[in-house]
Amino acid sequence: MTWQADGNKKITRRTFVMGGVQLLLAFTLFGRMFYLQVLEADKYQTLADKNRISLKLLPPPRGAILDRNGIPFAMNRKIFRAMIVAEETGGKLRKTLQNFGKLVPLQEEDYERILKEIKRKKSFVPVRLKDDLSFDEMAAIQLNIPDLAGVSIENGLMRVYPQKEFAAHPVGYVSFVTEQDLEQENLLSKMPDIRIGRTGIEQSYQDFLYGETGNKKMEINAVGREIRELEKTDPIPGKDLILTLDSRLQKAGYEALKNESGSAVLIDVQTGEVKMMVSTPSFDPNIFNEPVDTKTWSRLNTSDRHPLLNKAISGLYSPGSVFKIVVALAGLEAGVITEKTKIDCEGRLFVGEHPFHCWKRSGHGPLNLKQALQHSCDIYFYEVARQTGVDKIIEVAERLGFGHKTGIDLFGEKEGLIPSRAWKEGRFGDAWRLGDTMNLGIGQGFLLATPLQMALMMAHVANGGKKLTPVLSMDARKEPEKLQISSRHLRIIREGLTAVVNKPGGTAYHARIDVDGQKMAGKTASTQIRRISLAEREKGLKKQSELPWKDRDHAFFVAYAPLEHPKYAISVAVEHGGGGGAISAPIAGIIMQRALELDKEDREKSK
Amino acid sequence: MSLFLDRNCYFKDYELSFKDRLLNLSWSYFVLITIVVGIGILLLYSVAGGSMEPWAIKQTYRFGLGCCVFFFIALTDLRLWMKYAYVLYGISLLLLIAVEIRGEIGMGAQRWLDLGFMQLQPSELMKITLVLALARYFHGSDEEDVKRTRHLIIPALMMGVPVGLILIQPDLGTASMLVFVTLAIFFLVGVQWWKFAVLFVLGLISIPIGWQFLHDYQKERVLTFLNPERDPLGTGYHILQSKITLGSGGVFGKGFLEGTQSHLNFIPEKHTDFIFTVLSEEFGMIGAGVLLLLYMIIIFYGFQMALKSCNFFGKILALGLTVNFSLYVFINTAMVMGLLPVVGVPLPLVSYGGSAMMVLMAGFGFIECVHVNEEMVIGRLGSSDS
Repeated sequence: MTWQADGNKKITRRTFVMGGVQLLLAFTLFGRMFYLQVLEADKYQTLADKNRISLKLLPPPRGAILDRNGIPFAMNRKIFRAMIVAEETGGKLRKTLQNFGKLVPLQEEDYERILKEIKRKKSFVPVRLKDDLSFDEMAAIQLNIPDLAGVSIENGLMRVYPQKEFAAHPVGYVSFVTEQDLEQENLLSKMPDIRIGRTGIEQSYQDFLYGETGNKKMEINAVGREIRELEKTDPIPGKDLILTLDSRLQKAGYEALKNESGSAVLIDVQTGEVKMMVSTPSFDPNIFNEPVDTKTWSRLNTSDRHPLLNKAISGLYSPGSVFKIVVALAGLEAGVITEKTKIDCEGRLFVGEHPFHCWKRSGHGPLNLKQALQHSCDIYFYEVARQTGVDKIIEVAERLGFGHKTGIDLFGEKEGLIPSRAWKEGRFGDAWRLGDTMNLGIGQGFLLATPLQMALMMAHVANGGKKLTPVLSMDARKEPEKLQISSRHLRIIREGLTAVVNKPGGTAYHARIDVDGQKMAGKTASTQIRRISLAEREKGLKKQSELPWKDRDHAFFVAYAPLEHPKYAISVAVEHGGGGGAISAPIAGIIMQRALELDKEDREKSK
Repeated sequence: MSLFLDRNCYFKDYELSFKDRLLNLSWSYFVLITIVVGIGILLLYSVAGGSMEPWAIKQTYRFGLGCCVFFFIALTDLRLWMKYAYVLYGISLLLLIAVEIRGEIGMGAQRWLDLGFMQLQPSELMKITLVLALARYFHGSDEEDVKRTRHLIIPALMMGVPVGLILIQPDLGTASMLVFVTLAIFFLVGVQWWKFAVLFVLGLISIPIGWQFLHDYQKERVLTFLNPERDPLGTGYHILQSKITLGSGGVFGKGFLEGTQSHLNFIPEKHTDFIFTVLSEEFGMIGAGVLLLLYMIIIFYGFQMALKSCNFFGKILALGLTVNFSLYVFINTAMVMGLLPVVGVPLPLVSYGGSAMMVLMAGFGFIECVHVNEEMVIGRLGSSDS
């Protein structure tokens, strides 16, 4: 037994040491538990929630865009779309896709996109096969559902534009979320099906039309599969937006202008409401619901007639003779001329060595202001501009709405350009010369304006001194302000403009409306694109129609009607149209008359 | 101290009847084990989403079977086991070699033996038979023997050979458990402190060398343990999610069947190695603390029973097996708390697994057997004389 006695003591001692060590370890574990479960519990609680809760965003239905009478420009159509869940195909994804392709034709790109999306997403996430199934396709799918494991049909909304190209520019369009959008706001990546307003009203009233995103808190497991719904906030649908546009006028305007590259704007001279805004050539905004194929996209983008551009607000032109209205007002205000001042037009005028020509080579003879406007005599306005001076002219031009944005509720509006002494020195390092003033007198040279600015100027003249802000949304209408222009001077101008259209010899005489209460007054302009060389002038000017399209003059016409109590102002701009009187004035006449006719109809209907 | 270590020792002709053995059984020890297994079954029920299938029910059957093994061993004569200690060790070593060779030759080889109702890994068996063999070896050693380094060569080889075989498998967890248990037994029988110090220094030096022999996934685990944020979606995921699960349970837990991390599968191996996190998530620090406390009671109960034994073999056997059990507890819990790298060590009695349950119940059976035979003195060569 001796061999055991000492060993027993030792083993007992050592066991107590070991027991002590184990107690120490146990305390360490308790300490660690305390640290994780008490001190850091909040942090881990948050992390656990982040693990399990996935926020699913619910896009609201987009508000409709209606015309002033409630006719929809943009609305949502219920559609059926085919979806596929990869894991439910029982491993026969390709076979299922093939079967589906037999019923609903798919393009090569569609297959690529579908397979790419399936690969990128988890196998239980539905992937879109095709939007907007027709009834026949729906029926075919329902019939063949046994061969289409994993395919399902779900409801969706699609943006449709029933007016198609009639109102494409002011209304705009929506399109898919792009990579750039995702960079700005990555919440969008959680709603791949939403569309964003890209141009026009769809863009400028994006937030209003969009509504508010709802969300659903889903409990998900480790691989992201949804287990149950925890909480839901319904989306708030976007509100409907009523525009000042009249869909009937949009159609009329488009029909009148569709063969040209140009624009037409009609505004209410009392309120600034834009009743019609057309830009041609136009496009069908519905095509942007799907990703646009590259061919169509490049055709729309590279055409020299710029179908995507809203020329009414983004087209910049020399206003030409339209600007004579401004020069006349400046002359009157400066006291350089009166209603009765006569200036003799001899066909040309020399400034030093340099000759300035009237468009009528033989000259108009002595003219007063009204006659000068009626015939659009260049010499008269050269002379007025020379005497009035550039500073006064640009000051009046600014007051009438040139050189700055009109404030219309659209993105992409251009400011235009009023040249000044300072501007020219900054831009060219060259002093302002008398020749520049002369050119300004007939609206040529550096001067640039949008058709909307011209329409607005016309409205200011027509309403006798109310400063307007043109608007497209009924809710954006603003109270007119006072325009600091003598109403007496405006009346003189109006008389001149009445003569332009209604007096034989007026530049727009043949475009007159010979109906009482619908008579129109206006001003034509044809602005040259190229400098006319001396040699050409001596050979005799070619007819516009003989020139290549790109070299022809821009044709403008601004007008208001009726004469007594003006209601509307219109501006028609036709790029390379040739003559303002010949091309633009008749188009304006058609639209103006239609607008007044419609008013009459509506009045009678409401009686 | 003397109070709970009190007993009489009988030197000669000590025989117990079956009835004596039954009366000597420590039922409280068995009840403690049953409570822990019960907690385990509850958790397996929970991680299956509130269902006995597929784990809880099987675990219950296995526990039943384990109880048979427990009582069978507990009620045998301890001298019988001492007599066959080396034989049993030899058999498990042969089995280990056999599965190893089969693993080398056969394609898709198994590392376990199919017993029909369960699969037994020889490496699991080795956890008991190695302790038996070491206990047998040191039973005949006196203090002077133990102090001679030469005397330690044989037990070192007893451990070294199976550890080598298991490392090839590769099963780092089991191999290191065997090393730890052997070292613990060396320590308990009285090997000098300085030898451990030397071994520790040698071990430190060999770390860079041993590193070369680690498999890539093992290196990965160690690196990830040292810096879990290194790869939050790869290997670090386990550690991170494990800590989230534990931490989010807080003091009182989310409630039975309410654990989000486990039910939504954020926890890997939630029914086996990481089951402690499920307990912590659903029952909080209180639930986890209670389980740890139960474990500590079982461990100290084991120590007490060992120390009360009149025979050296029984002492070492019960101590070795208790230490083995405590290593399971500490390594597993430290692992899920992010204090140790992720090694495949289950939480004893709670994790789902047949082999482990059988081996553990057999181990407890031996400890109980030591307790039943505590008053018996066994001679140096195995007889009951001195």
